[in-house]
Amino acid sequence: MGRVLALAIWIITIASVWMFVSHRWWFPEAISEHGPSVDRQFMITIIVVGVAFAAAQIGLGWVVWKYRDTADKARATYSHGNNRLEVVWTVVTAIVFISLAVMGQRVWASLHLHAAPAGSYQIEVVAQQFAWNIHYPGKDNTFGRTSTDLIDDSSNPVGLDATDPNAKDDAVTPTLVIPVNRPVELILRSKDVTHSFWVPQLRFKQDLVPGLGIHVHFTATKVGKYELACAELCGMNHYKMKSFMLVLPQSDFDALTKLSQAQFQERKGQLLDSYQLPQY
Amino acid sequence: MAEATHAEVHRHEPPKGFIRKYIFSLDHKVIGIQYILLALTAVVFGLVMSVLMRMNLTWPGTNWPILATLFPTGAPGGVMSDAFYLSLVTMHGTIMVFFVLTTAPQGGFGNYFLPIQIGADDMAFPVLNMMSFWVTFVGFLVLILAIFAEGNVTVGLWFAKLGESAWAGGSGTVGPIGGWTGYPPLSALGKIAGPGQGAGVNLWIISIAIFCIGSLLGALNFITTLLNMRTRGMTLMRMPLTCWAWFTTAILALLSFPVLLGGGILLLLDRMAGTSFFIPGGLYVSGATVPLHNGGSPLLWQHLFWFFGHPEVYIAILPGMGATSHILSTFARKPIFGYRAMVFAIFAIGMLGFFVWGHHMFISGMSPYSAVAFSILTLSIGVPSAIKTFNWLGTLWGAKIRFTTPMLFAIGFVSLFVAGGITGLVLGQTSLDFFFHDTYFVTAHFHLVMGVASIFGMFAATYFWFPKMFGRMMNENLGKFHFWITFVGVYAIFVPFHAMGMVGMPRRYAQFGEYEFLKNTHPLVMFVTVAAIITAAVQLVFYFNFFWSMFKGQKAGDNPWEATTLEWNIPSPPPHDNFAGVVPEVYRGPYEFSVPGAPKDFMMQTEPEAAEVAASLGEGSGNGGNGHRH
Amino acid sequence: MAATVTGTEQVIDTTVGGGLRSRGGNGFPKNGGGRHDEGGDSFRFSADRYRIGVWVAIGSILMLFVALASSYIVRSASGNDWQPIAMPKVLWLSTALILISSITMEISRRSLKHQRDAGYGRWLLITTALGLGFLASQVFAWRQLARQGAYLASNPYNSFFYLFTAAHGLHLCGGILALSYLLLRTTRKRRTVEGELRRAGAADAATIYWHFMDGLWVALFFLLFFWK
Repeated sequence: MGRVLALAIWIITIASVWMFVSHRWWFPEAISEHGPSVDRQFMITIIVVGVAFAAAQIGLGWVVWKYRDTADKARATYSHGNNRLEVVWTVVTAIVFISLAVMGQRVWASLHLHAAPAGSYQIEVVAQQFAWNIHYPGKDNTFGRTSTDLIDDSSNPVGLDATDPNAKDDAVTPTLVIPVNRPVELILRSKDVTHSFWVPQLRFKQDLVPGLGIHVHFTATKVGKYELACAELCGMNHYKMKSFMLVLPQSDFDALTKLSQAQFQERKGQLLDSYQLPQY
Repeated sequence: MAEATHAEVHRHEPPKGFIRKYIFSLDHKVIGIQYILLALTAVVFGLVMSVLMRMNLTWPGTNWPILATLFPTGAPGGVMSDAFYLSLVTMHGTIMVFFVLTTAPQGGFGNYFLPIQIGADDMAFPVLNMMSFWVTFVGFLVLILAIFAEGNVTVGLWFAKLGESAWAGGSGTVGPIGGWTGYPPLSALGKIAGPGQGAGVNLWIISIAIFCIGSLLGALNFITTLLNMRTRGMTLMRMPLTCWAWFTTAILALLSFPVLLGGGILLLLDRMAGTSFFIPGGLYVSGATVPLHNGGSPLLWQHLFWFFGHPEVYIAILPGMGATSHILSTFARKPIFGYRAMVFAIFAIGMLGFFVWGHHMFISGMSPYSAVAFSILTLSIGVPSAIKTFNWLGTLWGAKIRFTTPMLFAIGFVSLFVAGGITGLVLGQTSLDFFFHDTYFVTAHFHLVMGVASIFGMFAATYFWFPKMFGRMMNENLGKFHFWITFVGVYAIFVPFHAMGMVGMPRRYAQFGEYEFLKNTHPLVMFVTVAAIITAAVQLVFYFNFFWSMFKGQKAGDNPWEATTLEWNIPSPPPHDNFAGVVPEVYRGPYEFSVPGAPKDFMMQTEPEAAEVAASLGEGSGNGGNGHRH
Repeated sequence: MAATVTGTEQVIDTTVGGGLRSRGGNGFPKNGGGRHDEGGDSFRFSADRYRIGVWVAIGSILMLFVALASSYIVRSASGNDWQPIAMPKVLWLSTALILISSITMEISRRSLKHQRDAGYGRWLLITTALGLGFLASQVFAWRQLARQGAYLASNPYNSFFYLFTAAHGLHLCGGILALSYLLLRTTRKRRTVEGELRRAGAADAATIYWHFMDGLWVALFFLLFFWK
């Protein structure tokens, strides 16, 4: 029984490790500036984790094999432990874990402990049950005033105040369109419940909390069309609160933002159709 | 005349009559079994719900005739609605975490065996003990009521009379749809936020509040009993590790459940009294502005919930750790490796567990600086967990292992705890949580470590202590069969979840078909579901074994496992007052196996020092040297 | 002989809160657990369990109020609708009543310790009356606020005011029930040593709980009056 158990543990270990190592189901390509750092930190961590996992399971299988009760065995070794060993493995573990912990703050700090770089393009994202409303400031680079009282889900989803001159060139659309290789600052809000902004390729996620305006910034590094999903349970249709993120070359993006509201929607639709999702 | 601080307890006769003996019993042993039976019932609900969830994810849009019959509103034409799915998610989590993982390990086995293992004749407050079970049971009934209030239109309409928004029912779901975490505003706005968010949420909150009170009564008893009623010679450092685990768990429960209760009260007030603890102003929901609320903070709920929620997961696992240590040592015929370190680790895990709740909230919008602090503290909890793992391996090294069913499950616990715990190192880092938050990677982590490892601890405890509780052995062959299928099965279910997480699959999605980036996970999803169905089905073997052996199992003696702690010194099952009026006296630590020079390979805690044993030991053996010097 | 004025020597040791340190070895002694002294073959009862139990219970009740107080502080900073109102003056009376009731409770407990049953019962009754007076003053304060139009949902400060006073009042009711139970039992002196120990232990535990309710009120009072 001991040998069978050991074998079972080892086979499970090999299968689990294979699932990771084979890359058969793996992260989609990273397309943000901080993305490779996240991936690097993950690789370091998963290697430490994988080694620890494999070592523990191999060790468990080994002791279960070697120390199974057989007729020829005398009594077990009478030992209450080994203090020196305790200290050694505690200290080693602490060093490894705390090092990982400290390293694991670097990308976080770069994104969250520093404000968006000057010159970031600002876009407001207003989530609702069950849609994304992306609010662009338009040519004047200023957001028009919004108010809950003015909201109409079909015609004015973010409640733009038409009397505000700054609102004249604002566009609101479900698609997030951003320029490549230029810092973008998102201001995240919600109309009703908590949602979460999730584009796996961007390598970050952020909740949108009603009552708060949360700022995040990032720089996309590859042109293309990507799916945008909600990652915080927001109600019945949480699983199909879907939209797209379009990363455009700088020139296309600049031209787009200078268009009037109506032209913006049309041009955006054209661009959206012209790009393909990545191959998965 | 001397001061009297103690008095002789007059031995009360065992109760007579069915009600006093089995229903409203004050006997901690009966109450322990009641908790175990409650958990065995609740887990059926939870397991069926999870299988239904898996079926919906794998074969969406399928007509399941049984659903059409039972839930015509929530599964019209037998096809599960999305809200129905989410209500399964919510109730599965709530039932499993509260009514399975927080009842059986602590209220079940702890109630039964803590007093016996410390040499007491009952808990400190038997009436409170009885109340703690029945309060918990009422909490369970209220949660079941939520299933009817939402699942049945007639019952739902009845509830709606109490209040249109907060009490509307009959939506067709089986309860609320906000997940077991119930974040507001989704959980605070009432039915305008979605189906199931009326009566379902109110009953859910009330059920949990009642459960909090039941738990607190239990925790009170455990702590007082352990501090006050240990028998002669039973010093703290001679207690079995199970007792240390139950003690620490009780402290965690004592300090964390009141916070959940507070949060629940605030949520209920927001829903019913128009307050705004969690609801901010300016909301626009389901086509209309939300009047009357202003200035509340959704994050406040998350802080309150997770301040409870994180210690709760340690409440779920610590008793299993205690049982594993105990059972590993027993069947390895070897003292536990590093008893003092194990005690330290249990305490460290318990205490550190209060300072890491923010790791559930890294991307919630809370201060990123506090996220850094929480992250570093979170990874440090890995250290005492690693100590325990090393010590379990150390216990098996040089052992003489007997592969009984409880031992198999205890070894399985170690394997699963490592598998699940180790991914905590990934999720605890803020930079990595960026990607993994709310993906299936998280679900993999907590199911392996909290769901499965805990359950294995409970299975190990059940097979181990069944002979003592019922005077009969469970069937070994059925037990081993149960172990093998379950062990392979749970790995087959939950390891693939990590892969799904790496692809970016979000949690709590009723279906995966909407997104291209999820399309090629289908083979994994199917594989997991098949494994889940098989693993769930094999639990029937356990149920059969459990109930059949109670009546027809091979009769057990006092100490069928040749174990050392106090419960193995008394008849199986024990008499009403445990020790038949004879106070046990403890002379040694709890894991004295294979003592050189001793006639048998185990020495019971109640065995006095034999001269030759003392001589051969010299001044103490091993480098740990605990339990001998008092 | 050696009779004192009260007729009996002190038989029952009822150290309040000192249970963990009392002779008889409970808590964390080196040589054994909580319930046994020299010799003895049968299980013994120690009244310390009531004292330990009440301290443990206080721990959990305290956590509830800590959670609510933290919520109070957090909520005062979020949103722009925090409007503290003037506290009804009757709350000063509440505070006075409960402070005095602690004193009377202590007198009662000490009477029991010195075997003065009549004093024990009398001061217990006074304490209970003061407790009821406290609750009446709370209800008075509520009604005063309602007359001003300050309701539970009017603004968050109000919400917390009602919540804190209600939660405290509810737990105080529990304390009054405990005192009532003790009052019922003052009329019957227990015949066994175990019975007397239980009575003394229960009185000690109730006293500790009562002082806690007092201290909790003072803390809430400060929070509501001064943290705005």
